[in-house]
Amino acid sequence: MKKKTMSNTDYTLTGNTTSLSAWQFLREELKPKGRWLTPFNVISLPIMLAGLILIVIRFWKGIGSITNLTQEVPWGLWIGFDVVTGVAFAGGAYVITFMVYILNMKQYHSIVRVTVLNGFLAYVFYAGALLLDLGRPWNVINPIIGNSFGTSSVLFLVAWHFLLYMIAELIEFSPAVAEWLGARRARKILSGMTLGAVIFGITLSTLHQSGLGALFLMAKDKIHPLWYSEFIPIMFFVSSIFAGLSMVIFEGSVSHRVFSDQISEKKHIAHNKILHGLSKVCAVALFAYFTLNVLVFVHEKRWGLLNSPMGYWYLTEMIGFVLLPMVLFFVSYRKQNILLIRIASLVTMIGIIINRLNVTVIGFKWDAAQHYYPSWMEITVTLAVIFTEIWIFRWIITRMPVLRDSPAWAKEQS
Amino acid sequence: MSIDRRDFFKVLGVTGVTLATGKRLGAAPGMESRQEFYGMLYDSTRCAGCQGCEFACAEANGLPTPDLQDLPVAGIERKANETRRTVINAYSTSKGEMYLKRQCMHCNDPACAAACLTRAMYKTHDGSVIWRGDKCMGCRYCMVSCPFDVPKFEYFSANPKIEKCDMCYERIKEGKMPACAENCPTEAIIFGKRRELLAIARKRIHDNPGTYYDHIYGEHEAGGTGLLYLSAVPFEELGLKTTLQKSSYPALTKGFLYAVPSIFVLWPALLLGLQQATKDNNHNEEEDHE
Repeated sequence: MKKKTMSNTDYTLTGNTTSLSAWQFLREELKPKGRWLTPFNVISLPIMLAGLILIVIRFWKGIGSITNLTQEVPWGLWIGFDVVTGVAFAGGAYVITFMVYILNMKQYHSIVRVTVLNGFLAYVFYAGALLLDLGRPWNVINPIIGNSFGTSSVLFLVAWHFLLYMIAELIEFSPAVAEWLGARRARKILSGMTLGAVIFGITLSTLHQSGLGALFLMAKDKIHPLWYSEFIPIMFFVSSIFAGLSMVIFEGSVSHRVFSDQISEKKHIAHNKILHGLSKVCAVALFAYFTLNVLVFVHEKRWGLLNSPMGYWYLTEMIGFVLLPMVLFFVSYRKQNILLIRIASLVTMIGIIINRLNVTVIGFKWDAAQHYYPSWMEITVTLAVIFTEIWIFRWIITRMPVLRDSPAWAKEQS
Repeated sequence: MSIDRRDFFKVLGVTGVTLATGKRLGAAPGMESRQEFYGMLYDSTRCAGCQGCEFACAEANGLPTPDLQDLPVAGIERKANETRRTVINAYSTSKGEMYLKRQCMHCNDPACAAACLTRAMYKTHDGSVIWRGDKCMGCRYCMVSCPFDVPKFEYFSANPKIEKCDMCYERIKEGKMPACAENCPTEAIIFGKRRELLAIARKRIHDNPGTYYDHIYGEHEAGGTGLLYLSAVPFEELGLKTTLQKSSYPALTKGFLYAVPSIFVLWPALLLGLQQATKDNNHNEEEDHE
């Protein structure tokens, strides 16, 4: 009986008639596809190389050798941008899976895979960038293997959630890997785990998107009062909805141009409809976020803080990067204007970067005599991390059925 | 919509795991509160600014000997750093030049210890807040959280340590006093049980109403600290933060942390319910269209 099930395992590597050994198949797939000397490659390769050198220096001579961090500002660009902003942008995965698998909005199904892949890679790389910022990274296993559980720490929660959410997203994406490998049996099993992974993933995302904000609750006296409130966790959660969706719109618009050979005509047309739907969600989420901010502002009687440079900066953020994109999303939805949606998503993304940096870097110790500015080396490493992520993203897109349609056998299965 | 047996067990499983693991939250700090903490009382009116404590501290903790030229001068704020755990600063105040010793406050409920995800920052039963290198992963969240900016990090080391006063934890265990308290020629720093130190401080204020400013800094600041300050002038004149909240800093994250188990119980059930409910809708709609 057992033997029979074993031989039943349908494991052909290509799904086609050509039979390659597993090793040959992987070697073929690892080879670069397409032209080498593209503008993107020419720009990104030297930066990735420079980043690699800087990372070696960092582990050799200490974090201070390439960063401008101080005793008073211990978290800089790598935490404020790479981790806190990067994870907000990765929020699209939980919103889209919520819409498709929980609310059963099937019209968004075609963007699930690419969004989940994007989210997964974002977590791997931006949470991975956290390792660069750890002074003693060899102890990173301490809170995981259980010899030191700091359960009263918000960071403990965030660290665990990063880890678990990466696993959940990997499960959500794994059917695409199985289709690539032609593993029919595995695909069936993995597809069956999707709903569980989605429910688990949304729960985790709710908690760690807000948890990233909760990290800063104890820094009450250090963050500018216009950005500090006990509602930071809720603000971070609500803003992760439109941050993630704006990234989905932006990434989708770029992907449809760059990887147009992967996408069927039908999907191209459907994509515009998807963008319209998402712009509506973004507009409503931005509205909720703006209202929350106004409530906190009025409730905490912050009028006196407005007439200062930081006050003007706050108004810029609220009007230019929350209210304006909200209006743009509303208008673009009513007028069915794709270009306007793209502009709105871009403005929203800039706004999210500004907001997260305001809480974590710009507004942090804003009154200190010595301000923190990231060094060019910190920026280079950050860019190197982003470019590496895009390289991996491109590698997967051109090999696995992410944007392109699944093989016929997979469609029959589901 | 009906929940079949499989879904029921799914929800049951998630709820059970959450309840089982959620209990971990109970292990938050505060367990030691029954224990009587040691503390230190620093009386600024007695301090001569001799820096004897700085030298004693460096020697006891194997840190570089302080620079003899680096004297406390009013108007210049010297700061503790990765090579010195305590500093004496001078201030020109309404009652003339005064000195103030800076070091770790050894909070009753320390923000750094609550922030630490590996329990490397740790409030001992004696009351000292210590750093344990074998646990620390160098994330510096303690530095972000500490309202007094006490923990310092070795930015130029491949194997960096967090440097901060540990109230001479090892010496206390041997029955000795912290090095600074033992070596203070004017007894400006005294070591003892926090409760007794508070009584001494109150008595000093009571007996010398003209000398002291009527406040013990650290009695309530940040939920109470192990280091207590007495001074002749208001504490903001000595560079201490007087706007700090009276409740402990870890209390700020409690609300969020306590919401975690509830979300873990409610969300999966809610999501599964939504999924089941909309599944039917979708089905009907498809039928309508086709």
